Amino acid sequence: MESVDQLLQLIPYYDLLPEIIRAMMPAFVGCVIILAGLLLTILLLVWFERKVSAHIQDRLGPMEVGGWHGWAQTLADGLKLLLKEDIVLDTTDRTLFKMAPFIVFIGAFAAFVVLPFGASSIISDLNIGILYILALGSLAVVGIIMAGWASNNKYSLYGGMRAAAQIISYEIPAAIAIMTVIIPVGSLSMVEIVNAQQGGIQNWFIFRYPPLIFLAFVIYFIASLAEVNRTPFDIPEAESELVAGYHTEYTGIRFAIFFIAEYANMFMVAAVITTLFLGGWTSVGPTDSQVIPGPIVFYIKAVVLILAQMWIRWSLPRLRVDQLMYLSWKVLLPFSFALVLGVGWLAVYA
Amino acid sequence: MVEYFRDIWLGTITILKSMWVAFKHLFTRSVTMQYPRVKSTAEWTMPERARMKLFNKIEDCIGCSQCARACPTECITVKAEKRGKEEPEVFTSNGTAMKMRTYIYDIDMTLCCYCGLCTFSCPTECLVMTGDYEYSVYDKNDHIFHFAKDKPLTPKAIEELAKANA
Repeated sequence: MESVDQLLQLIPYYDLLPEIIRAMMPAFVGCVIILAGLLLTILLLVWFERKVSAHIQDRLGPMEVGGWHGWAQTLADGLKLLLKEDIVLDTTDRTLFKMAPFIVFIGAFAAFVVLPFGASSIISDLNIGILYILALGSLAVVGIIMAGWASNNKYSLYGGMRAAAQIISYEIPAAIAIMTVIIPVGSLSMVEIVNAQQGGIQNWFIFRYPPLIFLAFVIYFIASLAEVNRTPFDIPEAESELVAGYHTEYTGIRFAIFFIAEYANMFMVAAVITTLFLGGWTSVGPTDSQVIPGPIVFYIKAVVLILAQMWIRWSLPRLRVDQLMYLSWKVLLPFSFALVLGVGWLAVYA
Repeated sequence: MVEYFRDIWLGTITILKSMWVAFKHLFTRSVTMQYPRVKSTAEWTMPERARMKLFNKIEDCIGCSQCARACPTECITVKAEKRGKEEPEVFTSNGTAMKMRTYIYDIDMTLCCYCGLCTFSCPTECLVMTGDYEYSVYDKNDHIFHFAKDKPLTPKAIEELAKANA
């Protein structure tokens, strides 16, 4: 936050502004920067998604818009969604229906407050950082159930219920897998977690207590896939059975907001994995040898993780509902408990 | 218990295998042909004798209407009249005398089923199916192709011809 503060000090007569505005200004500017960066990232990610899916299936994907390999295709599609008619059916619960996409998006976006993009590029270093992110993960469920219920459509409702069941089940192994990192750090603050991994690749948590935290990383990765409703855990929006799940009735800009929220969630989850297991903004070498700025390192790590998510999406089929629950409660949960016990024992006695 | 761990092991191994397959395909050459830019590649070209748009070389057409009769979808309309005895004789490129003047020869390509029966029945081999497949239009009527160049003789023209011969 200090860097945004310093930036604002450059504005002439900034000190003459009222105290209350100066107090809110850094947060506001930070939010604008993150929102703009997020939207640009989503444009990039949607293009990546289409390209990765196309090339895995031996296709080319978008090639026309914008000249070079169709890089502007997402821009064109976003524009199309903006211009489309915003249909709100008479049978829907109008207030909830209109509110739902924004709540889902807020759930995704508010988590960016505690993401440590760099040593000083963080909006707010809350001392309960990771707990805050876990709590916001549940806010998205509220929005999704809202969308499913308000649409007054059986497919939407099924999608909403499935999403709720899935996200709630997978939050437990995810939270417990995170515990394996919290134990050695002794703090929930995101900056503290990254600081504990300073000093080169061997200090990243993914390589500590081998292979315990690596397995926790795998568990958290699987659980996070389920939390952002991506294949193989996309049963809430399973297009072959539920039309489109909870956003069946949404059109135009409201659908676009759901779409943006999904990709924002993907980035958020990848950023959390980067922070917890892959050393956050620290580069591969020792701390003093870092040449690339922290935010860029962080961003590259997150995007690589998202590419891995896409890769998994296009290689695996969708799980059945009972298989999904089996994986969460009978496989991931016991394993994550065992890992926490193992890491705890090692942290205390070794 | 053993089954539980075996299931997890098998699941992990098969997931990794399928991911490896997907990864290999990420870097294989794609099979997509960028159609309007690339019309044929080493792997695929349009077959040499593919039956596409119909074309009638009207200079050789004797107006016999056999193509119209052969057509199962009735997409060919031929109207011809007898040339008068007083008119100068006209020959096709292989020397057949043209006894008829074709003044309407229309092919409606929206009806054509590309069977090619009309081309087999053509005695002077003037009706052929070409390789041209890019002839989309905005108006359906533009898909009716008119080949005839001659006009039916008006009574006045007949009189003039008779005078010239006399």
